[in-house]
Amino acid sequence: MTTPLLEGRDLKVSYPVRGFRRKPIEIVHGVDFSVAPGETLGIVGESGSGKTTIGRAILGLALVTGGSVTFDGRDISHLGGAARRALAKDIQVVFQDPYSSLNPSLTIGATLAEPLIVQGWSKEAATKRVLELLDRVGLPKNAAARLPREFSGGQRQRVAIARALAPEPRLIVCDEPVSALDLSTQAKVMELLLDIQRDMGVAYLFVSHDLAVVRHISHRVGVVYDGEIVEQGPVREVTEQPEHPYTQRLLLAAPIADPLLQEKRRAERARLRQVQHNQDVQAGAA
Amino acid sequence: MLLYSARRLLAGFVLFVIVAFITYWLLSFSFDSVIAARLGASATPETIAEVRADYGLDRPVVVQYVDWLAGVFQGDLGRSFYTQEPVIDAIPPRLFVTLSIVVPALIIATIIAVFLGTFAASRGGGADKAAQGVMLFGYLVPNLLIAILLTVVLAINLGWLPATGYVRFGDDPAGWLKSITIPVIALFIGGAANIANQVRGTMIDELRKDYVRTLRTRGVSARTVVYKHALRNAAGPALTVFGLTFINMFGGALIIEQVFALPGFGTFSFNSALQGDFPVLMGLTVFGVGMTVTINLLTDLANGWLNPKARIYA
Amino acid sequence: MTAIPSDSTSVVPSETDAETRKGAIARLVRDPQAVITGSILILMIIAGLLANVIAQHDPNEANLYVVNAPPGTEGYPLGADQAGRDILARLLHSINTAVVSALIGASVALVIGTAFGLVGGYFARLRSMTEWTFTLIMTFPGILLLILLMPLTGGDYRATMLIFGVLLSPGIYRIVRNMTVGVSRELYVDAAKVSGVTSSRILRRHVLSVVRGPIVIATAFLCGTAISTQAGLAFLGVGSLSIPSFGAMISEGFRNIGLAPTQYLWPALTLGVMNACIVLFGNALRDTLQGAQPKPQKISVAHLAEGFEAESGPNAAPALLSIRDLGIAYPSPSGELNEVVRGVSLDLKPGETVGLVGESGSGKTQTAFGVLGVLPNEAIVTRGSVRVDGTEILGAPESTLRKLRGDVIAYVPQEPMSNLDPVYTVGSQLVEGIRVATGVSKREAKVRALELLERVGIPDPQRTFKSYPHEISGGMAQRVLIAGAVATEPKILIADEPTTALDVTVQADILDLLRDLQQEMGMGIILVTHNFGVVADICSRICVMKEGEVVESGEAVDVFADPQHEYTSMLLNAILDEDTVRTDPPVAVGQTSGGASR
Repeated sequence: MTTPLLEGRDLKVSYPVRGFRRKPIEIVHGVDFSVAPGETLGIVGESGSGKTTIGRAILGLALVTGGSVTFDGRDISHLGGAARRALAKDIQVVFQDPYSSLNPSLTIGATLAEPLIVQGWSKEAATKRVLELLDRVGLPKNAAARLPREFSGGQRQRVAIARALAPEPRLIVCDEPVSALDLSTQAKVMELLLDIQRDMGVAYLFVSHDLAVVRHISHRVGVVYDGEIVEQGPVREVTEQPEHPYTQRLLLAAPIADPLLQEKRRAERARLRQVQHNQDVQAGAA
Repeated sequence: MLLYSARRLLAGFVLFVIVAFITYWLLSFSFDSVIAARLGASATPETIAEVRADYGLDRPVVVQYVDWLAGVFQGDLGRSFYTQEPVIDAIPPRLFVTLSIVVPALIIATIIAVFLGTFAASRGGGADKAAQGVMLFGYLVPNLLIAILLTVVLAINLGWLPATGYVRFGDDPAGWLKSITIPVIALFIGGAANIANQVRGTMIDELRKDYVRTLRTRGVSARTVVYKHALRNAAGPALTVFGLTFINMFGGALIIEQVFALPGFGTFSFNSALQGDFPVLMGLTVFGVGMTVTINLLTDLANGWLNPKARIYA
Repeated sequence: MTAIPSDSTSVVPSETDAETRKGAIARLVRDPQAVITGSILILMIIAGLLANVIAQHDPNEANLYVVNAPPGTEGYPLGADQAGRDILARLLHSINTAVVSALIGASVALVIGTAFGLVGGYFARLRSMTEWTFTLIMTFPGILLLILLMPLTGGDYRATMLIFGVLLSPGIYRIVRNMTVGVSRELYVDAAKVSGVTSSRILRRHVLSVVRGPIVIATAFLCGTAISTQAGLAFLGVGSLSIPSFGAMISEGFRNIGLAPTQYLWPALTLGVMNACIVLFGNALRDTLQGAQPKPQKISVAHLAEGFEAESGPNAAPALLSIRDLGIAYPSPSGELNEVVRGVSLDLKPGETVGLVGESGSGKTQTAFGVLGVLPNEAIVTRGSVRVDGTEILGAPESTLRKLRGDVIAYVPQEPMSNLDPVYTVGSQLVEGIRVATGVSKREAKVRALELLERVGIPDPQRTFKSYPHEISGGMAQRVLIAGAVATEPKILIADEPTTALDVTVQADILDLLRDLQQEMGMGIILVTHNFGVVADICSRICVMKEGEVVESGEAVDVFADPQHEYTSMLLNAILDEDTVRTDPPVAVGQTSGGASR
């Protein structure tokens, strides 16, 4: 295995609490992970588990209170101001909500050109690059002059992907990028992400609550539960022979789109719940 | 809830101390000019300094303020420079006059506003348009002009009500009522429009919320949904306007008192300011700030009572 | 998906900012209210500027020969006051005083409020400081302070308005702070940060562009407030005698009302017109800049299209719920009706669960709302029939519907938190629903509510009963809502995406709960969902909806095994099933490789 592009060591992340002298609340309690160049690490977990917070810490949007995040061998967990901004050409993001992630009053072109212009590109060069990007994500050229409200959710998500691609980053943090999309659109956007990765060798840290989505796009998977990564490994191992009880529960809780198989899974889940319940009772008695 | 109230009270007290200090500090810049005006022809730098020293106004401002504040806590606001009357005795009767038009106006405005705002928001269509028209009217004309208009029509032309003067409640309750009727009307119109507009806006937002639909599917009547659920939710945001409206109404009352020659806060503070009667001015500040602090405290507490979530963030 | 017309090829990646602003101005110019009030204001301002040209006298020039001269006197078109001064000249100069007051008051408030609002809104760490500052400012007793500070200001209206501007700034601060907080929570601001955009550029480009509109509107109203306050203070006597102002003129005229009853009329009229124009102009500005305001939502039964007649099919339908050819439409901006539900038919039998499946915009939720009779106000039922337990509900009065709801038909919503009233305890909301439906006493209702909470699997019913909605988790809230829905053992349960907002482990539990309750009570359930896994888990029959129509319906097992309609097949194919695992290895940077994943 090559040296990791991104590495988290005993990473602890907290959210500040409003008010004078109140202690921040720790959301992520020391997690280890690594992403190799060109690889996808899937981070799967339920709401409140801290999966999104891990992504935000890498992006410098959340407060790292312990451990470290290194990118390309360099500690980036406490970068401020200019140093953090300089990292923008290497680390980018695609968010969940395609409506809130584009400024409604800026044209698609202006949105896409902004990261380039702040990095010192000339207007002409930026314009040219915007056209390339639109083409890359499968949007027509004239999209540049239009406002986000003229586009559907799936198209907006393509714009968000194009924005992330603009500076040719080496890592994109994808925070539930397809969760807000309809089933048919979801499949197309995922294909695009896969395609781009194979094309450009960009690495993804892919955060999602949906095991099926993560399975489809990740090389390796980490399962987050209550601020900790409880299980981590190659996608097939984690999703086919899960070891941690939580992963097992998660896997069986997701219903299969087949009435007959789902009935079996339901029975299996009930059985597992009984087993785990018994274990808990024993553990409590011991 | 108790802790919440205690914190609010403490915050109000701190605000009072700071605001009174800023006022004192600002006024301290005018000590010389006021003393000079009082001394008239005999004003020289020496005589001014002498008078300042007499009143203890030559000490550092902070020292003067702490001294004054200590007095306030013992119920001593000093004496008027001019009449030698204790300030603590001079203010309450005048405050009572002003409050006797502000409080009824505020109550009437609130009742009308809640009714009008809720009516507009829950009926929609023509009823909403009509209600908005009424609210717009309240905004259009400054209350000073309404006061004058009402006086000219009701008092001077028709002679139904007294144009000027104040009758003490203890002397003649009916006369008191007549003497405050026009000022109260002039005052509540603008305030009612303001609160009603806010109530309407927040009620519209509330009635579009999901829980309203869910309540309906349980068979809860429209009236209960509007008045028991939506209105209580809408009351919180409307309360912030309530505090502001009170302060605005109080300010408005200071001015329109002049129209009716009411012996209230407005005329008194104007005359004291004209004379540069600092103890009285600071006494007025105590009551004025005390009032805004109290009303803000009350709206906060009401909000905490109405909205359980608000109690967490204090 | 929205089709993108390909007629234009221009690519200008510059902001349409300027264009939208131009658009707003163009719309303003077309609004008669804005044009009329705006022109009057401009005319007044011009008249004020030309005061020395229009009037023949200095505003303070007293001429004893014309004391109280009536309007129309030579050289004194509006007459003269009791000091023999030209009323017209004084009036025109008063306009200038008012305009200067408005400029000073509004700009001070604007500068302070905007600066602090942006800082406090964007930099969360500084917010408690700015909040405190403005709480402090709001503690000053308003106009009383302006009077008390006369020794300091010397009554100069400009100094007074400067202080007044500070007192007005909390209003602007609050608007700017709220909007800035809102914008800085938007993901596009996070994306800009990640893209290396500096804070000052984010504030300028992303925040200010949103805040600008509301600030402009607020400024219009600030001007009005400043003008009438200045007038009021001058009326009281605050201010130099040599400065003509509306307030001073009204005061003099009012005192002189017995001798010259028209003297107070001129300044009062001018001030009134000026203030009214500002308010009306401000309103017009708001309508153009902010677009359509939210309209009131009257609580009423569904509106029916003109000439609507409920489809009178064979009355002996055995179904518990029978929907026939239901059509629901919304008026488009141009006024035409746009059908979102187009002839849906569906039957529900006791004890069965029908899955209403479709993607967003397929009309599945609208169908559910139509059945419950809780469509939004704008919706119009265009055709069809909905019979709930034999009763036609389209066109039925609210009283009929209220009897059915809670008793026969019940509803479980999608988003658990927003569907509970935040200001009442969970218990009191359950009790209310039970009492409305059954009329039992408060005590009995409470006993029933506690039983229900226990039945839906809430660990500590007593505590949850006393909790407020924000004190319980989403999964618990959904259980509470289910408890409320089944409180009266309804025959029909409409569940609109009941598990979409929940975690997948909670979802499985909720589905189990629904299944158990159904077996216990024999309810027919209509389950609206986009998730085929959920359908496979709980539904015996399926209706697949697309663009307002049912394209396929049948037994669940059959539809999954052998979909008839191509749309259904497409949806089923788009599902990422268990076998879709990524197999291709990571590519080294610079290389390309294929490798399909299935």
